[in-house]
Amino acid sequence: MTIIATQTLTKTYGGGVTALSDLTVDVEAGVIGLVGANGAGKSTFIKIMLGLLAPSSGEVRVFGLDPVTETDRVRARVGYMPENDCLPPDVSASEFVTHVGRLSGLPKTAARERASEALRHVGLYEERYRQIGGYSTGMKQRVKLAQALVHDPDLLLLDEPTNGLDPAGRDAMLTLIHRIGTEFGISVVVCSHLLGEVERICDSLIAIEAGRLLRADRISSMTTASDVLAVEVSEGTDELASALRALGFIVTPDGRQLLVPLESESAYDRILRAVADLDLPLHRLDQRRHRVAELFTAKETADV
Amino acid sequence: MSDAGVIHDIGYQRYEGPRLGRAAVLGALYQHGLRATFGLGRSAKSKIFPWGVAGIVLLVAVINAAVRSQTGTWLFDYYAFDDSMSWLVIFFVAIVAPELVSRDLRSGVLPLYFSRPLRAADYVIAKVAALVTAVWLLLGVPQLIMFLGGAFTSKTGMRGVWHEVGLLLPGWAYSVLWAFVFASISLLIASLTGKRAFAAGGIVAVFLMTAPVVGVLSVLPSRTANDLAGLASPMSLISGVEAWLRGRNDLGIDVGDFGVIYGIEAFCLITAGLLLLLARYRKVASL
Repeated sequence: MTIIATQTLTKTYGGGVTALSDLTVDVEAGVIGLVGANGAGKSTFIKIMLGLLAPSSGEVRVFGLDPVTETDRVRARVGYMPENDCLPPDVSASEFVTHVGRLSGLPKTAARERASEALRHVGLYEERYRQIGGYSTGMKQRVKLAQALVHDPDLLLLDEPTNGLDPAGRDAMLTLIHRIGTEFGISVVVCSHLLGEVERICDSLIAIEAGRLLRADRISSMTTASDVLAVEVSEGTDELASALRALGFIVTPDGRQLLVPLESESAYDRILRAVADLDLPLHRLDQRRHRVAELFTAKETADV
Repeated sequence: MSDAGVIHDIGYQRYEGPRLGRAAVLGALYQHGLRATFGLGRSAKSKIFPWGVAGIVLLVAVINAAVRSQTGTWLFDYYAFDDSMSWLVIFFVAIVAPELVSRDLRSGVLPLYFSRPLRAADYVIAKVAALVTAVWLLLGVPQLIMFLGGAFTSKTGMRGVWHEVGLLLPGWAYSVLWAFVFASISLLIASLTGKRAFAAGGIVAVFLMTAPVVGVLSVLPSRTANDLAGLASPMSLISGVEAWLRGRNDLGIDVGDFGVIYGIEAFCLITAGLLLLLARYRKVASL
């Protein structure tokens, strides 16, 4: 199911700053990573999806709805967690989440029930009756997530949800987001400039740079084709390279290693046999699963 | 096999209930704002000031009612009550208006509000309505006490009570006018800064610093300048409107033939305040 669809979406701010240009992308339900450096246009994209900004040209559809004209219907189905601090210090988490629940259109009792549900799901129990001002950064991030969940959206837009968290807090937040995406049946768009943490939990990835789409695809299709075997022999590297090329492999020398893409199941055995036939002293045989990040660096250098 | 004592994780439950529209959301924000003005649902510390002011104002009304029932003469009538209490109301709005809007700016909560069905206009309407209601309650409830005092000690039976109602209703309307002027100006100032102390100082300054201007203008040797002097300060402006509408020139302010100008300025001041507030939040709402 397509949840977000854009057609040549362009946003130019007054003063001629282009935040998004010609973005055309179809996003399937699931956990989606939206990656890009700071200023790449991630926040602008989110604001357009929420109907806070109107696109300069092009179209955007969220659940088939136009955020510009059907703002309320879109917002009822979307929860937003901003990047910045956005919690009043002098109320308790449960009061605050109840309040924003009512602002989402929930009746009073439903808002209270949903608020304690949402806080329970993000892992805040007794602490929720304490004032937010006394919370740790990790707890505040959880409250921010709970307020986005309170009205039971079908899509969560999370802007840098791991901002300011320590490594353990990051892991916990990412696990929680993954759970929301897989167990709760809610699609999640996770904005981040850290590719490494996003690729761990996402089904698909949208990478934008300077407002342009770099790549949008499922993580699985990005990484399966990129399994690489690194072979290192103590001597006879050139012999091995030519032998492998003769077998039809695409060999890339990388320092003292040879990188050989594994395009088929039997490739591993054939490479190993080639080394054995030449009787070379095998130093290292290392199957690498390319990280998504490497795909981008490779592509960017290719572009230059 | 029994699983007694085991806590089951019932998992995530989808919400199937009703989702209310923008009117209900506005109502919820209004109610939240009105409670906040009197510190309800907040810490004990934030109740001290509003209830302190309310206590003083109520006390004055009770004394006024008591004096009148004993001696038959007013300390204040319904209008003069508002005029005399205006100094306290200034301090009330200087604390409460920042509580309503500066607090939201400070904590950065507005992106959460405006990513929901709420619009900038809804936010402004809810906050203005909350402060207008609060100020009106602050003045109107003591006026009601004065009315009850007058009505129960009426010597002419029902006719006296009706006469008293005829005095109370314009008094309440006058309180509404005060409430609008105070709410539009103080919320506009408070919406400019996230720092509550600055906002409070700014509000007090606007209301109090303009008073000396009135004083200077009213001693100038020009009759026109004297009549128009009250326009310079929101407080004398409202008194001027009262003087114009009641056709009186013995209320401590003489508006001469310029009464209608006072009326127009009061209207423009409130309208401009509200429109500027709306413009301000239009900008804030786009984050």
